[in-house]
Amino acid sequence: MNPSADYVPFVAWPVEVEWALMKTGQVLIIMILLLLTLAFILLFDRKVWAAVQLRKGPNVVGPFGLFQSFADFLKFVLKEIVIPAGANKTVFLLAPLLTFVVAFIAWAVVPWGPGIVIADLNVGILYIFAISSLGVYGIIMGGWASNSKYPFLGGLRSAAQMVSYEVSIGFIIITVLLLVGSLNLTTIVESQAGGAWKWHAFRIFYIPEFPANILVGVTMIVMFVMFFISALAETNRPPFDLPEAESELVAGYQVEYSSTPYLLFMIGEYLNIVLMCAIMTILFLGGWHLPLGSIEALGLSPFWAGALAMLVFYVKIWAVFFMFAMVKAIVPRYRYDQLMRLGWKIFLPTSLVAVVAMGYYVAFLQPASAGVAP
Amino acid sequence: MLAIAFYVLAAIAVISAFAVIAARNPVHSVLFLILTFFTAAGLFVLLGAEFLAMLLVVVYVGAVAVLFLFVVMMLDVDFAEMKKGFLQYLPAGALVALVLLGELGLVAGAAMSVPVPIPLASDGQAAVTNAEAIGQVLYTEYLLVFQLAGLVLFVAMIGAIVLTLRRRPGVKKQDIAAQVGRKRSEGVELKDIRPGQGLG
Repeated sequence: MNPSADYVPFVAWPVEVEWALMKTGQVLIIMILLLLTLAFILLFDRKVWAAVQLRKGPNVVGPFGLFQSFADFLKFVLKEIVIPAGANKTVFLLAPLLTFVVAFIAWAVVPWGPGIVIADLNVGILYIFAISSLGVYGIIMGGWASNSKYPFLGGLRSAAQMVSYEVSIGFIIITVLLLVGSLNLTTIVESQAGGAWKWHAFRIFYIPEFPANILVGVTMIVMFVMFFISALAETNRPPFDLPEAESELVAGYQVEYSSTPYLLFMIGEYLNIVLMCAIMTILFLGGWHLPLGSIEALGLSPFWAGALAMLVFYVKIWAVFFMFAMVKAIVPRYRYDQLMRLGWKIFLPTSLVAVVAMGYYVAFLQPASAGVAP
Repeated sequence: MLAIAFYVLAAIAVISAFAVIAARNPVHSVLFLILTFFTAAGLFVLLGAEFLAMLLVVVYVGAVAVLFLFVVMMLDVDFAEMKKGFLQYLPAGALVALVLLGELGLVAGAAMSVPVPIPLASDGQAAVTNAEAIGQVLYTEYLLVFQLAGLVLFVAMIGAIVLTLRRRPGVKKQDIAAQVGRKRSEGVELKDIRPGQGLG
């Protein structure tokens, strides 16, 4: 939290002021980067969806429809905000704001490269888990405050769904934590340095560790797949988009929302999806590490090495998002009881067994040098 | 700076805790309760106990309060009607409040007479992180208590399941094993139908 002692300020003002300004600048840069990413990832989502269905997708605004999201943004902002007559006004407007803010603050601990992180918390992964569990409030508050049946049903559905899948996500995170031995996101990424076979999802190819790599590898790849599916459910993405199942609930909790509040909901939702992509990249796909070789070995200057690390991380986020988009395009929607069954009766026991398996590995098989020193 | 942060957080915590019991709308009460939990987590961070703070948010804000909100929203109770005979609970409520106050005074008095310095994680003597420090004592010194707490929760969970699980006859329910185990020969039957004649 405090500026380091050997830090020399550029101008003759208190170190705290300059530190605060620097952090504000970093936050602004990350925010702008994320908002631009969202603009194009939304378009990408629609384009992938269209391609699967042999359509063209948005192609009118700008070349290949590249500016579609910006046109949508203008339209959202310029329209009138309609608040339903019986709505609880404060809560109604607070809900989208909450979703929006919570979606952004989780990014504070995401490491984009070695040392490129706004706040390098020791409990980083817990922080993300805690903040992402707050996301449900925006939905449930919006659903309730609309004073209407469909939004309310959507809100209740989503509350039950998100709480259910948070449990298995928590256990999956624990398996990774056991393997790494740290809650710090930077440490988690650093422990996967040295090539794609060291990434947690592909640990089965880490031959020097044979035969323990079979146990770790199988557990980790199963955990990766389960985390992906849980992330779909947690972010209300198809095939688990029951809170806004349009054939049953019109549009779920956001039926009554229009213009900017709706925009905030949508930004929050997509930002959460991108966050899940980033977490998957960090936990299982090696974060900013290249699949072969290392960035340090290239002998770049610190600036360009950092930029390359960010680029690698960014590309991986897009790759994971491509899977999200494909699932949306090709998998039909689950029924609600199937969703609950999958969460509680399949994912929860499996992830518990995985925690035990990883505990066994850490206690008996892991070489003493492997666990990252705290 | 730390002092300002503390007083702001503490003030928000106290005000929102008061608003929990003062709010007319029960949903607003729960929302204020969530704010109280959240500011308490902020106070933990100021103490240097970031692990506890995160756990507080994950467990109470992320799970328990969601279920509170869930239940309160679904209940269709006229709370104004319920509050009509509110004052008749005053004697019992006052008694509980008095006992609590007395206990608080007792503990505070005992703590004052023998000042125990509270070790803070932020004091700098802590070379290990929060999570490690807790893990080191939780699974060694307090193993029995930890296991017993787990056992109590387990029993409570089974109790909740037993209370709510009921098997009614005649309810159409999906049997996944039967569905998946079905073979084509059981599900599909091919018949050669002559034109003009039904299945007969």
